[in-house]
Amino acid sequence: MSHHTIEVADLSFTYPDGHQALNKVTLGVEPNEKAALVGPNGSGKSTLLLHLNGVLRSHEGSVCVGGLPLNDDNLGQIRAWVGLVFQNPDDQLFSPRVYQDVAFGPLHMGLDEKTIEARVSAALEAVGMGGYAQRTSYHLSLGEKKRIAIASVLSMEPKILVLDEPSAGLDPRARRNLIRLLQSLEYQTMLISTHDMRLVAELCSRTIVLDSGSVVANGPTADILYDAVLMERHGLETP
Amino acid sequence: MAGAFQERYRPGDSRIHRLDPRIKTVTALLLILGIVLTPEHAWPAYPLIWALLGSMAEIGGIRAWRLGRMAALVLPFTLAAVALPFTMPGRTVFEILGLAASDTGLARFGAVVLKSWLSAQAALLLTTTTPFTDLLWALSSLRVPPTLVTILGFTYRYLHTLKEEAERLIRARDSRSGTLPGQKSGGSLWWRAQVAGAMIGNLFIRSYERSERVYLAMRARGYTGEMKGFSRAAPTINAMLSGALPVLVLVLIEVIAVILWSS
Repeated sequence: MSHHTIEVADLSFTYPDGHQALNKVTLGVEPNEKAALVGPNGSGKSTLLLHLNGVLRSHEGSVCVGGLPLNDDNLGQIRAWVGLVFQNPDDQLFSPRVYQDVAFGPLHMGLDEKTIEARVSAALEAVGMGGYAQRTSYHLSLGEKKRIAIASVLSMEPKILVLDEPSAGLDPRARRNLIRLLQSLEYQTMLISTHDMRLVAELCSRTIVLDSGSVVANGPTADILYDAVLMERHGLETP
Repeated sequence: MAGAFQERYRPGDSRIHRLDPRIKTVTALLLILGIVLTPEHAWPAYPLIWALLGSMAEIGGIRAWRLGRMAALVLPFTLAAVALPFTMPGRTVFEILGLAASDTGLARFGAVVLKSWLSAQAALLLTTTTPFTDLLWALSSLRVPPTLVTILGFTYRYLHTLKEEAERLIRARDSRSGTLPGQKSGGSLWWRAQVAGAMIGNLFIRSYERSERVYLAMRARGYTGEMKGFSRAAPTINAMLSGALPVLVLVLIEVIAVILWSS
């Protein structure tokens, strides 16, 4: 049925205010691959991620997920496959209790109660937050919120995880836990947008560099991350 | 949703744009007062007032019909007066469901609608030609209580933040609204209402806590409860005359209305 793939071809996107955020972006992510998306602020990373499950839609170029083209008919299916973890976990956690946030996706899919319960506890266990189901998400620490946000998409059993700056603002221990968590998720294809080059070096086999809405480099992490000239030219640093 | 929060101010360099905001505010208030005081049976006065507002709009670079359309926004609120035709004594004009509409009641309802619409135009003319910060400054120099002006200012400033926050919440919700083939999705109406309720509650808590943070940040910079602004020179005689002109025209219309049409 699905191949856990992301294929983006010639994707261009212009915001209503006339700002062109993406300019003929072409990239692909292989099944179970963990790829990094790096680039300076305003390079179009977040805009690109929002296209991967159709939160933003463009008429120029195409997005294919798991072999399905993104269109009105496949939108629901693609949203079930692609778990998008937003940069600010507060955007994702809007329910009074952690449990309700993690159950939102499965409930929307119309699964039965038993399955939902099993999925919620499995997702919370996976992120190491087993005892937090009845807590109020609003007053958790940032690291805890991030993990709950990841659990709230894991409960949908996505084939692809798309993360927007997952390590931003975390203290060293929370960051370390996050890297371990992402390493432990072996069955998901991942695309991680980040400024954390050490995280990229540890986690991602491939790195894609985006600058001014275009892909300027795409290759094995080892080749790209340590190319000081390339990194500096695009406002980045080697780890 | 975007439309509701749209900035009303339209930048420009017209005579009205350049006029001192204090004068503009007073003029607008006097115009509204005059409109409200129009004798209700003076029907010929209404098109004259509309012509006055329309020509001011044209001077300010706004099409008169556009201002009229924008002001139609207030018409639903005139429904509050919809009981008038049925409660005022007078000659019966028509009957609905056994309720008799009187001629005097209908006339008063018509006058309420027209006056609301015209007053809204006067207010909109002010807000489309005056930047919001100038308007706040004008209000405070006209001795409107500073707390009220500060609340207005903050509402304006954080309305956009609130809107963006709400949009991000909705975006994150939509992004997890997946469906499975052959499975009924979306949950029950009751559940969706609960989710929406939780989102609204969440937004309230965030705004509340943000207000505390904003207040602390202001205190940290020496805020004592009073907004300081730059002072400006007193309005010129010329500006006062420009502001007085439309008021005088309106007074003229009202005088004619009282003498000729108010019987």
